[in-house]
Amino acid sequence: MHNFVQWLQTPGLNHFLIISGILFSLGIFAILTRRNAIMVLMGIELVLNAANINFLAFSRFTTGTLDGQVFAIFVIILAAAEAAIALAIVLNIYQNFNTINVDEISQLRD
Amino acid sequence: MSAETILHLSAVVLLLPFLGFAILIFFSKRLPRQGDWLETGILFVGLILSVLIFAVKLGSYHDETLQTSFTWVNFGIVPGFGPMTMTLGLMVDNLAAIMVVAVYIVSSFVHLFSIGYMHGDVRYGRYFANLGLFTFSMLGIVVTNNFFMMYVFWELVGLSSYLLIGHWFEKKSASDAGKKAFIVNRVGDIGMFTGILLLFATFHTFTFETIFSAIKAGNIPLGSEAWLTAAGLLIFCGAVGKSAQFPLHVWLPDAMEGPTPVSALIHAATMVAAGVYLVARTFPMMTADALNWIAIIGAITAFIPATIAIAQNDIKKVLAYSTISQLGYMMMGLGVGAFTAGFFHLTTHAMFKAGLFLGSGSVIHAMHHALHHAGDHQTDAQDIRNLGGLRSKMPITFWTFVAYTLAISGVPFTSGFLSKDEILAGTLAYGDLTGRWYIPVIAFLSAALTAFYMFRLVILTFLGEHKDHHRFEAIRESPWTMTVPLIVFAVLCFFAFYSFNPFGASSGWFYAAMPRPETVVPASVAAAGVESFETALHHSHATAMGLSLTVAALGVLIAFLTYYWKKISADALAERLRPIYLFLVNKWYFDELYHATFVRGTIGLAKVSRWFDDVIVDGIVNGSASWIRGVTLGTKRNWGEGNLAAIFYMVVMGAISLYVGWVVGVGLMPVETSLGAMIGYALLGLAVAALTFFLFYVGVGGFDNSIVDGLVNATAYLAGFFGLLTRRLQTGKVQTYLAFVILGVMIFFLWFR
Repeated sequence: MHNFVQWLQTPGLNHFLIISGILFSLGIFAILTRRNAIMVLMGIELVLNAANINFLAFSRFTTGTLDGQVFAIFVIILAAAEAAIALAIVLNIYQNFNTINVDEISQLRD
Repeated sequence: MSAETILHLSAVVLLLPFLGFAILIFFSKRLPRQGDWLETGILFVGLILSVLIFAVKLGSYHDETLQTSFTWVNFGIVPGFGPMTMTLGLMVDNLAAIMVVAVYIVSSFVHLFSIGYMHGDVRYGRYFANLGLFTFSMLGIVVTNNFFMMYVFWELVGLSSYLLIGHWFEKKSASDAGKKAFIVNRVGDIGMFTGILLLFATFHTFTFETIFSAIKAGNIPLGSEAWLTAAGLLIFCGAVGKSAQFPLHVWLPDAMEGPTPVSALIHAATMVAAGVYLVARTFPMMTADALNWIAIIGAITAFIPATIAIAQNDIKKVLAYSTISQLGYMMMGLGVGAFTAGFFHLTTHAMFKAGLFLGSGSVIHAMHHALHHAGDHQTDAQDIRNLGGLRSKMPITFWTFVAYTLAISGVPFTSGFLSKDEILAGTLAYGDLTGRWYIPVIAFLSAALTAFYMFRLVILTFLGEHKDHHRFEAIRESPWTMTVPLIVFAVLCFFAFYSFNPFGASSGWFYAAMPRPETVVPASVAAAGVESFETALHHSHATAMGLSLTVAALGVLIAFLTYYWKKISADALAERLRPIYLFLVNKWYFDELYHATFVRGTIGLAKVSRWFDDVIVDGIVNGSASWIRGVTLGTKRNWGEGNLAAIFYMVVMGAISLYVGWVVGVGLMPVETSLGAMIGYALLGLAVAALTFFLFYVGVGGFDNSIVDGLVNATAYLAGFFGLLTRRLQTGKVQTYLAFVILGVMIFFLWFR
């Protein structure tokens, strides 16, 4: 227990990775469990941000350059573009199916 | 008229009756009177043309042989045979010219007679069509210049004879008679066919003249004189069949089932003359041995039927046997070397025998009408015991019949006397030259018998009292279409048509036109030459005439004593000589003999063949089929246990399996190998053997069913099974797929750690 508290007091790379992992898992969890398409998109945002944390953490604790930040900014831009397109798709789905429940949009199945 | 015109005319004369046949067979129903006028008219046109040919040929081209040929097919050089070319053609020599006229006279007047006789017949039109076909076929035999056409027309004659004998085929006896005639003829034809092939194989041609000149040049079949004799006798076989010579004479009496005019045309005057004509045609190539056999066969044929004719009661049967006897005479004449006499007798006999048959037809016709009038359907119109006294009712028929009878019996001033006397003289000369005296003895005996049975026929038919008075009153003379032919043939029995000297045919035109042809066979096997024969003939001529007159008179006298004056009782004599009488009534038991031997033999052979076909051939076929079945379906399904065939099959299959195992095991084994490896290969071989045997046991079909199909089905089943499994994963939900992707990525991470 003592060791754990001590470990918490000295933050390092692992701490960031664990946070990132938790965030990633939550994102995946949201993607897999939410029925609402918007919620799924939000899960995807979480996953992307988990990746961003990883970029920053590795950048800070290994080379110390700004490479990680640059990647993270790219990812954020990408996420914005992705959200715009995905929301447009969701809007179209709603217009076609009158629902955004992903379980009911299964017409591609046999 | 040029020679070419004569040949063209002969082709026209040949084809005219065929034209009539072709029209009548298709359109007789639509023609008025079913076309009898057409066919008869054609025949009389042909008669005029044939007389024209005859007159010009004998007048302007007396000693020439006119012929024309063309190549029908040329097969080129045939391997193993040599050049094979078939040449067909026409030939008009004196023999053919005389024969054409004879055929046309008889045929045309028989047509005329048939108009009256066949009136109201069920197949009136077809009857005339068949008469035309027959005339065509007969003329074809006469005017051809080669064996090939001769054989073709020979068979056509057989066919038309079959059609005409069986004209009333509703009657079993008529259709049987037709078949009998055809089959018996075929027996002879096989010999003729073989003979022709022998000649063709030797000389590579069918043409008479070429063959004769080749023989004359010393080229003979297989280089041996014996084969030349054989070729002659084989050709003669055909004549034996067609001309009803012993031993193939049995068909002719049965052929009387045909309409009577047909009997007159075919079975008296022309078709049966074809055999004699054939021998006359091939006379130059006959060796002395062949001619001897022809003479002997002819003598037997002259004698046996003459004895049978005595005991027959059917008017047409008597005439039939008399025909066979006279044909035997002709053959005998040719055989002994009296060529001209033999052929002369053919011509004169054609006239009076046609007349005899037509006369009997006239009688039967009148009797039929009388019986029909009286409502009597039991009495046989042809049985001479039911006839008698017809002289006063049918004077024309009677007097013409007497004329024919005088001619056939050889009474002076008739044509028959001229020809018969010459044949008898020829036999005497032959006996003188060769020492075979039995030939003339038989000949004179037969002449006496002929006179006897012919007068018996006349007396019983026309003289005496008719049995049934009521019926007698209804008998009428036949219409003019029937009496005119009778008168014509009776006139033609007069000697003056053939020779102006009533006691010597040799001074007439016939003998001048028909000299005996030069023989072409090697001198060592040739018969006595023309000169020595003529000398012997000259010596025997007076004897022959005296003897023939004596025997004829004797025969006539006995006939009158027995049947007219009743001095001798025929019935008592028959009773006393009962075995002989029965022997004669039953025609020497020839039919029974042939039935017991050839017919039974053929049927027996057919049964054996059938057994062979059923058991051996079918056994092989069915056996191989069931073996294939066994191979495909497997032993177990095909055969039950304990089946001998199954056990045999298993044994054979076991042996084959072991062999396959041995081949595989030994084949795979290296030359140098260790003991363990050897045991391994042995086990492999055994396994292969076991597998092979298993395959045989379950069969190829079993292998296919269980193993091949099993593999295929198992694959399909597996695919289906995995399909079902993976199908579960296909939920159609994006999140599920995503989950799999993540799972997959994680697995990859673990894998490539």
